[in-house]
Amino acid sequence: MNNDLLLLLEKNARLSCEELAAMLDMDKAAVAAQIKQYEAEGIIRGYAAIIDWERTDREYVSARIELKVTPKKDRGFEELAEQISRYSEVQSLYLMSGGYDLALTIVGKTFKDIASFVAYRLAPMESVQSTATHFILRKYKDKGVVVDDVHRDERRVVL
Amino acid sequence: MEYQNLIARSAAGLQPSGIRKFFSLAAEMKDVISLGVGEPDFKTPWAIRKAAIDSLDKGRTWYTANAGLAELQQEISGYLSRRFSLEYDPAQIMVTVGGSEAIDLCVRTFVDPGDEVLVPEPCFVAYAPIVALTGGVPVPIVTKEEDAFRLTAGALKAAITPRTKLLVFPFPNNPTGGVMRRANLEEIAAVLRGTDIMVLSDEIYAELTYGEKHVSIASIDGMKERTVLVNGFSKAYAMTGWRLGYVAAPPVVMDVMYKIHQYAIMCATTTSQYAAIEALRSCDDSIEKMAGEYNMRRRLMVDRLNKIGLHCFSPEGAFYVFPSIKSTGLSSQAFCERLLNEKKVAVVPGDAFGESGEGFVRISYSYRVEHLREALDRIEAFVREIK
Repeated sequence: MNNDLLLLLEKNARLSCEELAAMLDMDKAAVAAQIKQYEAEGIIRGYAAIIDWERTDREYVSARIELKVTPKKDRGFEELAEQISRYSEVQSLYLMSGGYDLALTIVGKTFKDIASFVAYRLAPMESVQSTATHFILRKYKDKGVVVDDVHRDERRVVL
Repeated sequence: MEYQNLIARSAAGLQPSGIRKFFSLAAEMKDVISLGVGEPDFKTPWAIRKAAIDSLDKGRTWYTANAGLAELQQEISGYLSRRFSLEYDPAQIMVTVGGSEAIDLCVRTFVDPGDEVLVPEPCFVAYAPIVALTGGVPVPIVTKEEDAFRLTAGALKAAITPRTKLLVFPFPNNPTGGVMRRANLEEIAAVLRGTDIMVLSDEIYAELTYGEKHVSIASIDGMKERTVLVNGFSKAYAMTGWRLGYVAAPPVVMDVMYKIHQYAIMCATTTSQYAAIEALRSCDDSIEKMAGEYNMRRRLMVDRLNKIGLHCFSPEGAFYVFPSIKSTGLSSQAFCERLLNEKKVAVVPGDAFGESGEGFVRISYSYRVEHLREALDRIEAFVREIK
């Protein structure tokens, strides 16, 4: 599979089929069909903006939680992972190698939201052995974008 | 003081650059979208910047050898072999302050007053003024779109006289995007082999070709001995501000260029040289990534400009498109001035690159896609209104 189309869309989902076709030296109809297929196959899961919420007045807290888990016989981590991912507060969930098993990021309005999520949702789960919660203080780079960097072109015409 | 009487005639005769002239206008206006710059929009890859910082940390702040750090000469030699199958002994390579210094050195090495220097046009704006400073006579050879902006053997032959000393060979070309393929180079070589004409091959855009890989004229049979090869780090590694280039030449020629460089410059910037070693050792991937990105933008520009109704040659190298604006009935200057005043988009009038550039404009695509798209929208509106 040639991933150029996906790589372009990952960086900028607002390019039109016409622009994508030109950039990739493809037929416009072929680009449109390919995107449809990616969507149908679940390869393209959505088209989201990259937002630096720090610049808005939205109040929120996000945290990264590490879970140590006793894997279930036959189903390993799958069952627990499925359950946790059902909560809408959970932004991402990964199975990790190393000192702990599952890593998740969650977002809440307040510190208390996060605390209750850990205390009432995660900790009581049967196979969860322990939790470690780390609050995110500041994002420097997110989804490949350095959020602190407002683009300013410092180049000048010299010759 | 009567300064005007004191200033050397060759220097007084220098004309201001047509690009600068136009962009000082643009600089005074607000919210102008510029498509004028001739440098990458990418930052220098971090690994390269880090190597420079480390060299400063270690206090490496002295002059280097005149010809550059031995390690860097060695790396350049390896790079030329790896990327372009060019075999140069490190001693045949000298590190310079940008490709610009290398061009100046080469011209000063060969050109006496009255000597003719052939300059394919449209081209980079610096060749003719540098030639004029030595008292040489720049002789333009027009390259045409119907020849894919290549220099043809016929045009070259027709321009050669007994006074011809040097051929400037600016491919991949700024501003046209023309490149010379191996077969084209063979034809040029066939004309030059029987002569005493030297070639100043400015290959600063060698890493930015779309389609076939760049072929250096120095790699054609019998041409290495008559070629001064100029290249540098600015375009390939996004290192414009580091001012670092190099020149490779036959030993006797190098001896002379070395002396001029030694007296005029001493050595290129030490910090930049340490950075460049890292670039050559570990950044071939970055080159390819950036070139791939330019290629997509290039196709976007060509496609869109043609749809807008500005006939646009599909450039095969560098990072400019050079569309014809003849269909608008405007001169290059008028087109650019009106586009600037009416839509606040700044592009470069083609005649800044030689008379034969009249009827064209140069548009740089070393900008982010969002920026290019906004500019194209404005150009489209402009063309629609004037037609």
